[in-house]
Amino acid sequence: MEMQKTRFNFDFMSKRKIGLVVSSLLIIMSIISMSLEGLTFGIDFTGGTLIEVGYSESVNLDTIRTSLSNSEFKDAIIQYFGSANDVLIRIPPSEGLNNADISNKILSLLEGAGANIEMRRIEFVGPQVGEELKDDGGLAMIYALMGIFIYVALRFQRRFAVGAIAALVHDVLITLGIFSITHFDFDLTVLAAILAVIGYSLNDTIVVFDRVRENFHKVREATSVEIFNVSLNQTLSRTLVTSLTTLLVLAALFIFGGEIIHSFATALIIGVLIGTYSSIFVASPVTLALGITREDLMPVQKEGADLDTMP
Amino acid sequence: MNRYSPWKYSFIILLVGLGVLFALPNLYDKDPSLQISASGASEVSELTEFQVSTALEEAGIAFKSMKVGLENLTIRFNDTETQLKAKTVVEKSLGRNYSVALNLAAATPDWLAKFGAEPMFLGLDLRGGVHFLMQVDMEAAVSKAEDRYMSDLRSILRENKVRYKTITRSKEGGLLIRFKDDDQRNSGQTLIEDEFQELDVTLLEAGSDESQLLAKLKEQVVLETQKLALQQNITTLRKRVNELGVAEPVIQQQGLSRVVVQLPGVQDTAKAKNILGATATLEFRMVDEDHAAQDAVDGRVPAGSKLYYQRGGQPILLEKQVMLTGDSIIDAASGIDGLSGQPNVTITLDGKGAKRMSAATRDNVGKRLAVVFIENKVEVVEENGELVEKKEIIEEVINAAVIREQLGKRFQITGLESTKEARTLALLLRAGALAAPIYIIEERTVGPSLGQDNIDKGFNSVLIGFALVLVFMAVYYKVFGLIANVALALNLVLIVALLSLLQATLTLPGIAGIVLTVGMAVDANVLIFERIREEIRNGNSPQASIHSGYEKAFSTIADANITTLIAALVLFSFGTGPIKGFAVTLSLGILSSMFTAIMVTRGLVNLIYGGRRLDKLKI
Repeated sequence: MEMQKTRFNFDFMSKRKIGLVVSSLLIIMSIISMSLEGLTFGIDFTGGTLIEVGYSESVNLDTIRTSLSNSEFKDAIIQYFGSANDVLIRIPPSEGLNNADISNKILSLLEGAGANIEMRRIEFVGPQVGEELKDDGGLAMIYALMGIFIYVALRFQRRFAVGAIAALVHDVLITLGIFSITHFDFDLTVLAAILAVIGYSLNDTIVVFDRVRENFHKVREATSVEIFNVSLNQTLSRTLVTSLTTLLVLAALFIFGGEIIHSFATALIIGVLIGTYSSIFVASPVTLALGITREDLMPVQKEGADLDTMP
Repeated sequence: MNRYSPWKYSFIILLVGLGVLFALPNLYDKDPSLQISASGASEVSELTEFQVSTALEEAGIAFKSMKVGLENLTIRFNDTETQLKAKTVVEKSLGRNYSVALNLAAATPDWLAKFGAEPMFLGLDLRGGVHFLMQVDMEAAVSKAEDRYMSDLRSILRENKVRYKTITRSKEGGLLIRFKDDDQRNSGQTLIEDEFQELDVTLLEAGSDESQLLAKLKEQVVLETQKLALQQNITTLRKRVNELGVAEPVIQQQGLSRVVVQLPGVQDTAKAKNILGATATLEFRMVDEDHAAQDAVDGRVPAGSKLYYQRGGQPILLEKQVMLTGDSIIDAASGIDGLSGQPNVTITLDGKGAKRMSAATRDNVGKRLAVVFIENKVEVVEENGELVEKKEIIEEVINAAVIREQLGKRFQITGLESTKEARTLALLLRAGALAAPIYIIEERTVGPSLGQDNIDKGFNSVLIGFALVLVFMAVYYKVFGLIANVALALNLVLIVALLSLLQATLTLPGIAGIVLTVGMAVDANVLIFERIREEIRNGNSPQASIHSGYEKAFSTIADANITTLIAALVLFSFGTGPIKGFAVTLSLGILSSMFTAIMVTRGLVNLIYGGRRLDKLKI
């Protein structure tokens, strides 16, 4: 039987060395940036107080700085949030201050300066809670990866599982790296976004692997490299269409969702782009490099057949 | 080929019908309303309804409807302005015993409500409000419990003539007892082990020149103490939140030592914090039986006495000297007196308190003993058009009972009107002796304007993202694209229906989850359609292509969705508040998209193309 006709006919696998170089460079850059710069953690993880204040007209940040500079909140970080009417004030956690009172004090200080303000949001996270959220976040990431590894290893084969996890770690590391390099705020919603990216990127990878498995069964006279190439080409239009539709909604979220959801949307957009790339240039090459062959997939088939004949 | 059996269509229609039914309540606007609930001994009844409606009529305030529920009375208004005006009027007419809370009541029509259909619950980030995470200081709870044993240990050792030098708190926790010599220590150890089952006694060899014992609460007792401390704090917080007048508050235990307090609609966080942090104590005082309380009301308060009011408002004269404070109370439990069958409250005092109590009551049998509940409250009141914070100390005599005999460590208060009163008194006594300090470790407040902003922006981005995807699909896959679009719209309806059915809380990240599912739900259809295109390219007939397209794509879709579901479940189990909302909508979206993207589209495709000869497919 002839190989199926495909719309695309790219030789992805011959370029896997280039992919390897690109990915390694990106990962090394991410690790360097994270070890030197770290992540700009939001107060969810560091603890501290964050106050969003809405002014009736645009306001000069220096005025606010002056009104706070004579108080105990000299370390406050003040910045615009979305517009010149909206101001974000962050106060790092400190020992001497009664945490629950900080927001009240700041609001009355700003009101005292004669401005017409409106409290839009207050977030206070105790340092102990921040520490726990960090631990839980890390654990969540590890457990998600473990659960996925087990599922893929059972449904496919161990080598596929390693390939899938390699792609996921790749995606997470580079997304974190970009957040570190750009100094974007890393808060709880970004963590959620990264976990969603894990889910999404895996989606892509699984679709490719599914086709690889199918082709291994169907096409007898092809090398593993050829099988991967054909499978990637067969699924390419689906990969592109799904990425496009997902990016369309994410763009809507990014543009119209408001400031609060911004970093969430950013993380997802970065993640979807990298996830699409990694399912082609990381997951498949790694699985291939581990020496996947047709025979590896046969026992799985047998087990399935046994199960089917059971009463 | 490609035909669905009637039962499959009926199943689809049934599910879709249910989805629409349960999603419907979300289309109705909510009414600004007042929610009136009783605090303390009073009850909400038809009488309250009458009282409130008369008061509103007199003030000339129109209301939409009024309904007595199980525990509260809901009055709906046409706009927020009337609602606010009415609040003042109602509060004045009902007085202290009722709490009046602003609320947004769902305007679900009766025929929908009969099915149990209710709108989604909006999270604090969408409706505005305060979220507190409070930590109970468990170390303090345990050390307080240990302190109670200190005086008991001293007296028991002294009574049995065991010679000890000092009893102090150990830095590492527990009580350190120094003895004169090893003999004394040994007899001390047997004595303590016999008398105090709750204590673990160990030998300390550290300072070898001294004979020491370390007495610690047993693990079991420590756990009990902590559990009790948490429960007491939750009870106290409930009572205070009631005073705040908040509709639909959430007060919930989180983990072993924390309490979540959510107050929707509250904007004045300063007031909320003050009231939640208010301290309450108890005092026992003798009733001054020699003078008439009425004279004191008229201004002639005898020296050595102080005028108090009972909860019903009757004046009562008490001695100035405090006999005992609430710190001495270890426990208070309501029950039924075995002899008389009357409701009672049993109070347990610590050693020191018991001694003072027995000394004080020895000479006062036949006289009355009063329990005074003191609360430091901060109230914000309007004065000359400005809001002023007022510190207020509320002193209330919750009970005055005749002393029948000399009292000791455990005693009863009887003469209570009902079991309900007994329960309330026990609760107040326990609450007054707040077991462990509690403090705020996390606060998230969202102002009302930001909440509305978030709703608007969230819905806008869902609609725009949705529209973009619809257009793309119709252009790219033509007829099949339109079919996928129907499925996508249904998917959205089903997610909303599921959220409403589960009464899950919709948060901003939750909306983000919906947006993401919209993007990903298309994936299943893309997989199927691409597969069909492929089959056609391979020269298969249209009908066969449709059939094998769905067939072959299915396992891929299942694998891909299950792995995403794993990630969502992990998110759910590790996430807190807002993240959980994201995980919930993502998981629900995945599940409902499996149904709509596979079954519903197949049903439509079969309806349009099934069972006839096709030369070409518009895909």
